[in-house]
Amino acid sequence: MNLSRPSRVADAVSAAGAGGDVAYLAGGHTLIPAMKARLRDPEGLVDLSGLDELKGMSVEDAEGGRRLWIGAMTRHRDVAEGADAIPALQHMATLIGDPQVRNRGTLGGSLANNDPASDYPAAVLALQAEIETDRATHRAEDFFQGMFFTALEEGELIKRVGFRIPARAAYAKFRHPASRYALSGVFVAEIGPGIWRVAVTGSGQEGVFRWPQAEEALANGADISTVAAPDASLMSSDIHASPEYRAHLCTVMLAKAVGEIK
Amino acid sequence: MTTTLTLNGQSISVDADPAALLVNVLRDDLSLTGTHIGCDTSQCGACNVLLDGEPVKACTMLLAQAEGREVTTVEGLAEGGQLHPMQAAFKEAHGLQCGFCTPGMVMAGIGIARRHGGDPGEDVVAHELEGNLCRCTGYVNIVKAIRAGARDMGAGA
Ligand SMILES: Cc1cc2nc3c(=O)[nH]c(=O)nc-3n(C[C@H](O)[C@H](O)[C@H](O)COP(=O)(O)OP(=O)(O)OC[C@H]3O[C@@H](n4cnc5c(N)ncnc54)[C@H](O)[C@@H]3O)c2cc1C
Ligand code: FES
Ligand code: FES
Repeated sequence: MNLSRPSRVADAVSAAGAGGDVAYLAGGHTLIPAMKARLRDPEGLVDLSGLDELKGMSVEDAEGGRRLWIGAMTRHRDVAEGADAIPALQHMATLIGDPQVRNRGTLGGSLANNDPASDYPAAVLALQAEIETDRATHRAEDFFQGMFFTALEEGELIKRVGFRIPARAAYAKFRHPASRYALSGVFVAEIGPGIWRVAVTGSGQEGVFRWPQAEEALANGADISTVAAPDASLMSSDIHASPEYRAHLCTVMLAKAVGEIK
Repeated sequence: MTTTLTLNGQSISVDADPAALLVNVLRDDLSLTGTHIGCDTSQCGACNVLLDGEPVKACTMLLAQAEGREVTTVEGLAEGGQLHPMQAAFKEAHGLQCGFCTPGMVMAGIGIARRHGGDPGEDVVAHELEGNLCRCTGYVNIVKAIRAGARDMGAGA
């Protein structure tokens, strides 16, 4: 297998575009299990760990409010410990996998993979994030395109992600007890005065989705327990949970998140 | 192709497939069989080693990813014939039965002590062990062992 560890973004992109099935390797906590299970068998890997410009965090002023920019190679652990501009995001990061997973897994890998049960997509969609790559800036709305699909082109490299810093936010997750992935994860955020966004992961057939009824209830100060469950026919179904159960869990996680808003 | 890393305090060059799993290289090429393989889903933690002092799953890492870094396996914890305080605490608190999960538990315990200091609460330790499975003990003595080990490691250990 052809392995490289470039130290510049441009070199990483050209290595990935050199032909054949070449994959970026970030924390490896999705890619390596997939290779072990023979679900992926790339001919080459471009290890991103030498790209120091893809690590770390900074707060920047921008039109429409301040954003917390996090490098694609920033590990879940570093977000849990360092993203104090958005405490709900820190809390979310502490709920990913286990400490050993958080010591390796990264933001960029998580988003590129767009696992329908992963946590970051909910934060990205609720916090109206921008995903900056080597060739474009994607809006959260356009980025997620159904489970395991994103707007990324072949070889497109995520460089960093800019989350809007909300006035208040919270994340509540019902974890699958063995895998730790979300059966339902609800991120609620007040991103502008009286403007609420609610995003749900783990439950939708198409992956992460916004929940307009919940957003409206929060904007109107309505009793959150009156929000009806999402349409069960749009929820995913597997041996872990039925669509009806997932839809119900969303209402429970919504109430929990709203109760924890800071 | 060779990979150069620091293993248990010694700088070494390993002549093995850089795309091999670190755990297989440790066990099969370097005969360090204290690092165990308990699952193929990255969930059990039997394979935990320290990478630059932090616990990681050696079954979910390629040899190439250890290039230039410091790896510590359970064989490298004792110093001068003295068990590491976390190992000693497992022995003292009867934190093992068959011992299969123990190397990974010890590594996770060291990670907990480094992140939470010398006095992690029972709930903190139990929560932090979410990536380690034990089929024997029921975890009670493991939690006790890690709390005692963290205390004995003291500041900065
Ligand atoms: C036991 C276990 C439990 C887990 N639990 C959870 C959980 O509860 N919640 C959760 O959200 N996740 C969970 N995960 C997944 C974990 O968060 C992964 O780390 C993450 O999904 C992928 O990140 P990575 O850095 O490991 O990416 P990798 O595995 O290295 O890469 C994943 C994919 O993204 C591509 N890629 C990586 N970086 C980039 C980039 N910068 N630009 C473009 N493409 C890129 C790769 O080519 C690959 O296709 C778990 C994983 C394990 C093993
Ligand atoms: S063998 Fe590594 S987590 Fe089970
Ligand atoms: S002591 Fe046997 S698996 Fe833990």
